[in-house]
Amino acid sequence: MNTMMAEILELQHVSAGYDGEMVLKDVSFSISELDFIGVIGPNGGGKTTLVKLILGLIKPLQGNIVFHDPGERNLIGYLPQVSQTDKKFPITVMEVILSGLMSVKQGFRAYHRSDRARALEILELMGISHLQKKSIGDLSGGQMQRVYLGRAIIANPKLLILDEPNTFVDNKFEHDLYELLGELNKTMAILMVSHDVGTITSIVKTIACVNRNLHYHRSNIITQSQLAAYNCPIQLITHGEVPHTVLGEHIHIHTHD
Amino acid sequence: MIDSIPDLLQYSFFTNSLLAALLASITCGIAGTYIVARRMVFISGGITHASFGGIGIAWFLGLNPVAGAAVFSILSAIGIEFVASRSNIREDSAIGILWSLGMALGIIFIFLTPGYAPNLMSYLFGSILTVGPADLWLMAALALFLALFFTGFYHLIIFIAFDEEYARVHKAPVQLFKYLLISLVALTIVLNIRVVGIILVISFLTIPQSTANLFTNNFKTIIYLSILIGIIGSVTGLMVSYFWNIPSGATIIFAFVLIFGIAKVVQYLKFRSDIIRQLKD
Repeated sequence: MNTMMAEILELQHVSAGYDGEMVLKDVSFSISELDFIGVIGPNGGGKTTLVKLILGLIKPLQGNIVFHDPGERNLIGYLPQVSQTDKKFPITVMEVILSGLMSVKQGFRAYHRSDRARALEILELMGISHLQKKSIGDLSGGQMQRVYLGRAIIANPKLLILDEPNTFVDNKFEHDLYELLGELNKTMAILMVSHDVGTITSIVKTIACVNRNLHYHRSNIITQSQLAAYNCPIQLITHGEVPHTVLGEHIHIHTHD
Repeated sequence: MIDSIPDLLQYSFFTNSLLAALLASITCGIAGTYIVARRMVFISGGITHASFGGIGIAWFLGLNPVAGAAVFSILSAIGIEFVASRSNIREDSAIGILWSLGMALGIIFIFLTPGYAPNLMSYLFGSILTVGPADLWLMAALALFLALFFTGFYHLIIFIAFDEEYARVHKAPVQLFKYLLISLVALTIVLNIRVVGIILVISFLTIPQSTANLFTNNFKTIIYLSILIGIIGSVTGLMVSYFWNIPSGATIIFAFVLIFGIAKVVQYLKFRSDIIRQLKD
């Protein structure tokens, strides 16, 4: 199914790093429309570096990142790690959601009435309509994540990138989030970074193991021995090799090739 | 001795200083909200003190001290913003160095200048009663520009200030706006040095905003409220300083702190009554 879809972007033999230290080496990988890729790997393995490369926040030391349609402005929606923004910044929920439209506004002009209507739809979808006038400092971790997710999707991006969306949130939110992501995946590709291997394998279609190199696993069912072969030293929920350590039991979204 | 306010208003020095207080409240209200929201108070302190180097050098060369301060403060502002964008330099240490370098240069050049430096104190502590028409025109121009700039680019300014990385992902002109805004902050600081002085100008940029921030978390409302608080505090300070014959800059700042203290108490009482009401429900 995925092979039929048009490619959004491609990483060609990309290497990247900071301050003279190589973090990612010779990574080749592509993302197509309606993909749902879970990015897993040990801390310091290069998951966030991969995300920053795709976002254009850092430049590759070697190799190229080719966008299929580089002129498009609503290419990427991005949900950053929670800790990244200033929670005391004087900005309201409505303003944050609306700011997601800045990416598609010609000359970054002021918002239209239609923009506000769209923002209200997103607030509704996120279940946070009652919070629209609150400032972000008054929100809980889960509410904050909903706001940031709203900002990421308001412009209908082709690719939604989520960096550790399940940190600092409760189980209820995590459940809602995964349901919502399944729904969003009908219209956009999703790349989701997570340390929580167990839960993401249940919702993604494919898995990218990142640890200096990238191994692309074209399925959401992965075993400990496959992880070992990919040089991706992370623990699945069940330890060792018994019984297949497959995490397919709680799959909500079934993929058929 | 003039002893009533209507009498006072007949004197141009007094109406000038009232106008200066109004314009200072507007410029500091706008620029200060940006400073407080972006947590740039220390950076602004650095810029303020670095500008003293410009005053000293201009004095030595026989040039206009305000122009010298403007050049120095804008250069140091751009320098600090540049250093801040390089992750391998410790920003606060760099600010500390620039801060004291500016003061040192200022003191050296003022002492090297032959003759007495009569206005030195007015730069350090401000002298709102000596503000002239030229200063007022400059302040008015800055106030107008700030108002237009923040109205025209309000959403973009907040977009970039709130989450710079997100703005960069969406190709917003992040660097341009950061440099532009820090230069405007530097100009605001320089033009307000005449009003409250180098040592106290940072409080004009932060105390009204912090007071407003007690009651609202809306960027725009903080701007309006801090302009209002600025006007109340500076006019009160001006009157008190005139009638009691004490330095105006210090009196204005003291009025700000007093308003902040009262606001804090009001906020506390409001929270308390809110809780009591919820307990009764």
